[in-house]
Amino acid sequence: MNLALRDIRHNRSRFVQTCLGLGMLLGVVMSMSGIYRGLFADATGILTTTAADLWVVQQDTSGPFATTSRIPEDIKYRIRAVPGIVQASALSFQNIQSERQGKPFRFFLIGYEQGGLGGPPEIIAGRAIRQSHYEIVVDRAMKIPVGEKLRLAGDDYTVVGHTAKMVSSAGDPVAYVTLADAQKIQFQDDDNAIRNNRSRLSAQITRLPLLSPGQAKQLTPRISEITGSTHIANTVVARLAPGTNLAEVQERISRWNHFRPLTVADQKRILTEGMIKKAKMQLGLFRAILLIISGVIISLIIYTMTLDKLRVIATLKLIGTRNRVIVGLILQQSLLMGVVAYGIGFTLINLTHDKFPRRVDLVPADMQLLFGIVILICVAASLVGIRKAMRVEAAEALGG
Amino acid sequence: MYAVQIEGLTKIYGHGDTEVVALADATFAVAPGELVAILGPSGSGKTTLLTTIGLVTEPTRGKVVLDGELIAEDGWPPGLDLKRVRREKLGFIFQSHNLIPFLTTVENVMIALENNGIAPKEARRQSIALLESLGLGHRLDHYPALLSGGESQRTAIARALANQPRVILADEPTAALDTENGKHVMALLKKLAVENNSAILVVTHDQRMVEGFDRIFTFSDGRIVNEQRN
Repeated sequence: MNLALRDIRHNRSRFVQTCLGLGMLLGVVMSMSGIYRGLFADATGILTTTAADLWVVQQDTSGPFATTSRIPEDIKYRIRAVPGIVQASALSFQNIQSERQGKPFRFFLIGYEQGGLGGPPEIIAGRAIRQSHYEIVVDRAMKIPVGEKLRLAGDDYTVVGHTAKMVSSAGDPVAYVTLADAQKIQFQDDDNAIRNNRSRLSAQITRLPLLSPGQAKQLTPRISEITGSTHIANTVVARLAPGTNLAEVQERISRWNHFRPLTVADQKRILTEGMIKKAKMQLGLFRAILLIISGVIISLIIYTMTLDKLRVIATLKLIGTRNRVIVGLILQQSLLMGVVAYGIGFTLINLTHDKFPRRVDLVPADMQLLFGIVILICVAASLVGIRKAMRVEAAEALGG
Repeated sequence: MYAVQIEGLTKIYGHGDTEVVALADATFAVAPGELVAILGPSGSGKTTLLTTIGLVTEPTRGKVVLDGELIAEDGWPPGLDLKRVRREKLGFIFQSHNLIPFLTTVENVMIALENNGIAPKEARRQSIALLESLGLGHRLDHYPALLSGGESQRTAIARALANQPRVILADEPTAALDTENGKHVMALLKKLAVENNSAILVVTHDQRMVEGFDRIFTFSDGRIVNEQRN
């Protein structure tokens, strides 16, 4: 006869309520794991979907995700000429925050070359960008229907397609435009600023004693054109031919000065060790605290349940019940509580993880590890109750 | 062969100035089928006698033989499996019934049988038969909280009898019952002692119930001060 199940059957409501509470707590622990995995997936999402072997950024920076990087767009031609590189594309990245329908509206805008690397990985609705200008593909999380227009830097962009689950390392949804559009949005001044800059440049050049007024007049638009150029990218990504020695290509580009070629491994390290390390530690600590709390709660509940049963245990001992039956009663209740609570937490988080504002990735290995930890906690928690039960004397069953 | 035989049984608590003699030099034997009452005021040693015979309290001196097996001689013999002896040779009935609250009536009896290695199905069959014989057939699946005092005590008796022990030790079994129920329980114990050939030792201070006993031992200050045969 299983005493644990019969005791639970008799005190069903208390057991269910306890399991519900514990289940929610374990659900939070699971969500913490999922949020961490989500952070990692988000942080490396663009890196993964771009599928480049090399990320060439401004020298002495860890761009383009962790720090600002600005390099001339035309460096891509030189990179394409490096032996072993089969494809190189300039990319532009920028965070945009504006207001939409009265609420703050933030997203991460990627400018890419049509047919090049770094564009939208998969279109789940609508189509990809076909025109050179004023078309945009947005993540469905932005909740902008296909066909709607979005105003950016004074121009209207038509939403032509949707991607799914594309977010930046900060968790903002990603939108895609052509590189030229992105450069215009990121680098081009508005008309007033352009006029002001030209006037200031013209005044400064005119004051130069070496130049005649005619020379100054001819020089001003040239300089203005150079300084006002928007042909800037944040990175140039490159893909290598199969069998190419990555380190050799990296070494070669490193020697050019002004540029830093980062491998995918370098970028992952920058993203995970730099950008999400503290978040990981924070979540890890939070998880550990919650697991300790769960352990303490299970211990207290099992101990209280044992205290409630001291006379029963004494009677069982008096009528000759073996110790293993009494140990089984306590241990099985603790384990059952852990398993049921885990089941509740697991169901809860599986039903709700899609509704979290940030990605929650429930990885089976994490869930299995947590299950193992919960079982260990239950075993450890039951030891307090078992110790108490083993100290109960059969004589305690006697007396009124 | 006696069901219970004790010789010079003594239990002393504490040492030196704090020494308390709870049981002093008790000697008697009880035959199978005999119903014996242990009478005496509080603190006279009657419960100590019961717990010593019941392998709950270790005696300081003296000998206890249960159904031919030596279970104490100036203390418990090394290696004696107390639980085994309790399971196989002893049945307990308590004043407050001590039924397991989360087990039904039939399960409360079954657990005693399963403790002795009886398979659950057979244990259930035997328990039902026993409970029906005690008039509890209609209460098989009720929890103890739903039973009357008399029904609870009969369930406790069924549990004590389940393994057909040679000795049943009852501690104030009628104290929590009204006179009618008390008499009914005593009559039942008397009947079962004869039917099962078990020795039944009943600790009581309930003078209303002494009529039905075969022998009555009266205790005072840990000693047997009177032995009466009916």
